Amino acid sequence: MRRFSGLAMAGLAIAVAVLSAPPAAMAADTPNPPADLKAFQKFFKDKFPKVKFEDFVNGPYSMDEGLYKQWKEKEEFPPYEFALDLGKELMAKPFKNGKTLADCFPNKGIGIRQDYPHFDAKQGKVITLELAVNQCLEANGEQPYSYVKDEMAAVTAYMAYTSRGKVFDVKIPDDPRALAAYENGKRYFYTRRGQLNFSCATCHVQSPGERIRAEVLAPALGILNAMPIYRSEWSGMGTTSRRFTSCNSQVRGVPLKPQDEEYRDLEYYLSYVSNGLPISGPGARP
Amino acid sequence: MSRSISALAVALLLGGFVMPAHAASTEADYKAAYAAAESANAEAGKLRNQWTTAVSALKASKAAAEAGDFDKATAEAKKSEQLSKAAIFQTNEQKENWKLMEIR
Ligand code: HEC
Repeated sequence: MRRFSGLAMAGLAIAVAVLSAPPAAMAADTPNPPADLKAFQKFFKDKFPKVKFEDFVNGPYSMDEGLYKQWKEKEEFPPYEFALDLGKELMAKPFKNGKTLADCFPNKGIGIRQDYPHFDAKQGKVITLELAVNQCLEANGEQPYSYVKDEMAAVTAYMAYTSRGKVFDVKIPDDPRALAAYENGKRYFYTRRGQLNFSCATCHVQSPGERIRAEVLAPALGILNAMPIYRSEWSGMGTTSRRFTSCNSQVRGVPLKPQDEEYRDLEYYLSYVSNGLPISGPGARP
Repeated sequence: MSRSISALAVALLLGGFVMPAHAASTEADYKAAYAAAESANAEAGKLRNQWTTAVSALKASKAAAEAGDFDKATAEAKKSEQLSKAAIFQTNEQKENWKLMEIR
């Protein structure tokens, strides 16, 4: 708590300093995702010269040696194992119409996590893995899953697990709508919100490695590669949707609904700037 | 510009807003304050930036009114409105200023 308010004060100081500065960096600029990606990855490499590039996918563990050891031990009896079993079963379980979840995905859903989210030209929007799962269920007359845990976490955990080591390969097609979605996600990431007046970047760009209560903040680079995650605090698994909504609540902002446009666009942005980093999910967190 | 913003930031961090002492509130005071708070909260909702504290103050206001405590109900509604107004200010202020934090 003390560290947290320290951080809040730092946030305030930055807000005030930054807001009184002339808006020099705000000249009209055209979106340039490849340049963003380069600058983003360079920022974290420069900030944490000792962290190996591939280790950024391990969230808080990349920031702290003690934690890193704990994590290695945890991986011997991973708490997400039950989710993998359930996920595998759900992928193959026939719907009432005889089809399966696996039938909705390329390569039956195996080893494809790194291709999500993608921009779907027909639907004109960003399709995350979680949305694709529920669209499949609904198209086959099945009840959609809750976006935050249980079956959704299990299915996405299994899909991540079968994709481990494959690098994020998120594409921004040459389509103004895709570019707009990317920009929207970027804006969401850097926009201050909630009573604490924090953006995602306040914690995950300016303060990775610092502690908030008992937790070590993960760097924004590679922050989605390990999703979904098992967290002791949740006594179970949580999806990307669960993490986004709980991070919004932490700054005393009312979260949006899981898979609302802003969250899908945010996931698009964050995944794109982590292109080249391997999928490591599912993750286990203290 | 920057003065009003740092004032806002301090208010954001301190959270509580000190209500000026005034004469006992009536049910009519409560109703007016509640309607104003509700509409500010709805506007923050349209801007996709409601604050949890504004929402809980709104709930506390209603609960106090149901218990017949119109002083508290009015004070909570006013606090909620202030918070939602700060949220709206924040949203507008961030429309361009989000770029200041961008890694580039
Ligand atoms: C008040 C600081 C704070 C803000 C602001 C914040 N988060 Fe977090 N976030 C945390 C904490 C604490 C954790 C848990 C420890 C960790 O893994 O970083 C976390 C974890 C995460 C994780 C999981 C990382 C992992 O490897 O386990 C993701 C993804 C994430 N946040 C995304 C976001 C996004 C997107 C936003 C903006 C909508 C955001 N966060 C805003 C504090 C914050």
